[in-house]
Amino acid sequence: MTNPVLHLDSITKRFGPLLAVDAVSLRLRRGEVLALLGENGAGKTTLVNVLFGHYRADAGTVTVDGTPLPPESPRAAIGAGVGMVHQHFALASNLTVLDNVALGLDPLWLPWSRRAAVRARLLAASEKFGLPVDPDARVADLSVGERQRVEILKALVRDARILVLDEPTAVLARPEAEALFATLRAMTAEGLSILLISHKMAEVMAADRVAVLRAGRLVAERATAETTPEELAELMVGAKVARPRREAHRPGPPVLAAEGLSLRDKGRTLLDGASFTLRAGEVLGIVGVAGNGQAALGRVLMGLQRPDAGSVLLDGREAPATPRALVAAGVGRVPEDRLAEGVAGDLLVWENATLDRLRTPALSRAGIVRRGAARAFAADLIARFDLRGGGPDARTARLSGGNIQKLILARALSGSPRVVLAFQPTRGLDEGAVAAVHARLLDARAQGAAILLVTEDLDEALALSDRLQAIVAGRLSLPLPAEEADARRLGLLMAGRWEAHHAA
Amino acid sequence: MRLERRESVPLSLALLAPLGAVAAALLLAGGLIALAGVSPLRAYAEMARGALGSRLALTETLTRATPLVLTGLAAAVAFRARLWNIGAEGQLMLGALAVAWAGHSLLAGAPALLAIPLLMLLAMAVGALWLLGPVVLRLRLGVDEVVTTLLLNFVAILLVGLMVEGPLKDPTAFGWPQSVAIPRDLRLPDLVARSRLHVGVLLAVAAALLLWAAQSRTVWGAETRAAGLSPRAAAFAGVSIPRTLLGVAALSGGLAGLSGGVEVLGVTGYVTTTLSPGFGYAGIVVSMLAALHPLGVVLAATFVAAVFVGADAMGRALGVPSFMADVIVSLSLLSMLVALLLATHRVRR
Repeated sequence: MTNPVLHLDSITKRFGPLLAVDAVSLRLRRGEVLALLGENGAGKTTLVNVLFGHYRADAGTVTVDGTPLPPESPRAAIGAGVGMVHQHFALASNLTVLDNVALGLDPLWLPWSRRAAVRARLLAASEKFGLPVDPDARVADLSVGERQRVEILKALVRDARILVLDEPTAVLARPEAEALFATLRAMTAEGLSILLISHKMAEVMAADRVAVLRAGRLVAERATAETTPEELAELMVGAKVARPRREAHRPGPPVLAAEGLSLRDKGRTLLDGASFTLRAGEVLGIVGVAGNGQAALGRVLMGLQRPDAGSVLLDGREAPATPRALVAAGVGRVPEDRLAEGVAGDLLVWENATLDRLRTPALSRAGIVRRGAARAFAADLIARFDLRGGGPDARTARLSGGNIQKLILARALSGSPRVVLAFQPTRGLDEGAVAAVHARLLDARAQGAAILLVTEDLDEALALSDRLQAIVAGRLSLPLPAEEADARRLGLLMAGRWEAHHAA
Repeated sequence: MRLERRESVPLSLALLAPLGAVAAALLLAGGLIALAGVSPLRAYAEMARGALGSRLALTETLTRATPLVLTGLAAAVAFRARLWNIGAEGQLMLGALAVAWAGHSLLAGAPALLAIPLLMLLAMAVGALWLLGPVVLRLRLGVDEVVTTLLLNFVAILLVGLMVEGPLKDPTAFGWPQSVAIPRDLRLPDLVARSRLHVGVLLAVAAALLLWAAQSRTVWGAETRAAGLSPRAAAFAGVSIPRTLLGVAALSGGLAGLSGGVEVLGVTGYVTTTLSPGFGYAGIVVSMLAALHPLGVVLAATFVAAVFVGADAMGRALGVPSFMADVIVSLSLLSMLVALLLATHRVRR
């Protein structure tokens, strides 16, 4: 075995009473893709922050090419050839690609910027690794995939030999993700080494080796050739988790219907005659690549925006068009952007739990909040939905992503709603939380709720939906019964090829 | 060295922050006083005596604090909803102008019990209207209200100047540009005999208590807080952002207008362009020192008023320029910003 390019030697890091990383050792070899797998909160990010010098480890050392890195010095890490691509990009969107790459490369005392040299290095790296990019394009005009490319190039121009990617496909559509992995392979062929942080099985299986973290400990290392996603999932969670699957039952009468919804904004068509019918006791899955009108559909259905044309019918009558009236009418809403829309992070848990129904007599009288009742309402949700990380009086931002989503779901499902609008309900959640969300949605279905599930995750759509429709450029395909759906047919639908399909 | 956000701010730290900030400001200003050739300890002793050391000093300080409480509340309620009302000064001047005008014309003969509340309502309405324009511009066109509210201050002061040099000018004031005084019986009663302290101070404290109760206990309070902290989440929950901002603007402008009205009703009886020595701007400092808490506003306003009143006494006794008051108040604001950062964050190295 060759010497590792990167060696983490029994790293330990505590935050107060919490042991975030417990004596973890990792070796990364030259030309290798090593995946670091673990649930949210398993210690992946802490470990990487130690590696990159953001945190000082309580014990252990980081060695690059045989030389120990001084603790807490991102500069030393960069100098040693470690490059970091964050999940949330650190790009200035008002600057060009070249400016973003050049930022921080010049010493501060230099009165001018050596742009020509940076441009040459950028183009050389872009050529060498097959990452096409226009140096003069403004970052704001780039797609998410292109922005990620810029982040990677930023690291490469700084002569990174070890690239750390944090949840790189969380923001990417499937074709972009596949292109990314092809690029990563090309890089390892050039002798780079890659540390990939993820909790998604599909992308972990594309690595050479997998290191599994659970509760701060390294529980297993496996070569991907010698393991299966099922084994990894079990290792990661510590017990066998099975996502629940729906059981067939007969749906009831139509409850919610959209007829010819159209919406335009600043000259762009967001929704283009979208129609669907949702029946009691069924899950209607709407699948599609991000950015095809899902957000606009959510805004219209959840009472935040009126459509230019078309209507939404609840029980055959015009549906209410404000959030409060929808909640009162028994519509549970789970928004796509849970951190921006689902909760206000600085409010307390009980305030977020009650904000959309604070004006009901149960929670306020004559404009005065019944705080006891509001706290009790939140405490009840916490108990029923197994919310962890804080009681009714905790600041909401303290909860983990999975628990915030549980709070939003709990609020949406609390009054036994007749309709549930679930937009990307499991995006970014770990396996345990995904299973919990799925179980809740299926429970609601069994109790007769009509559920609209909008998702990019095909496995999720296939596991939960009774019928499926694809959304492409603001238009909805005709529904496809779950029995006839498979990945290939859904792929065709999502590519917008349903006319041919239905004609045939 | 890095700053990490604290999960929650302990109450002791939240209370310590303004005290630490004030101490730091006094320490820094002490250096300047020493440069002026006076012992800072003597200067501060003189200040404390001048602000709190006698019945007269105490009533003067509270008289000064009254408009500051109201403008401080105006700033606090607006800032909490992320509405940057920098225009309290102008709203105050117009509230004062409206009271001076209506008090000596329309309502001159009315019984005080009817006229005084009406005049106060008028002052509030005028202040609220003056802020409504910038808010509508922000909601409709995205115009930055910091700029519009700030610039409207100068318009308001010039408008007052126009009126007191023209239609409202008091012919018996030996040529001074001031308005005709309102009738004696429309003035607010004194709270302490043989002083300038009037019942307006009780009104200001009551306003702070009411606002505190409203913010912490009512649906309105919860909704405005949500709208300020996270407009999108609030809108998702059904809180109308435009309606919330308009309501907050009416309240904020109203409080600032009331502060001017109360100053005329309680202290001067007439309006001049120099009615306010920057009460509107000082209100911003007061609200920040109070960390936007209505009850903190009462304490912070008293502190700022004491600094100004005390600095006058210090200037007379020791020859240190009374501008030192401005320095101390400005330094308090700066050190409060630092203190707030340190209270909400933990320093790590």
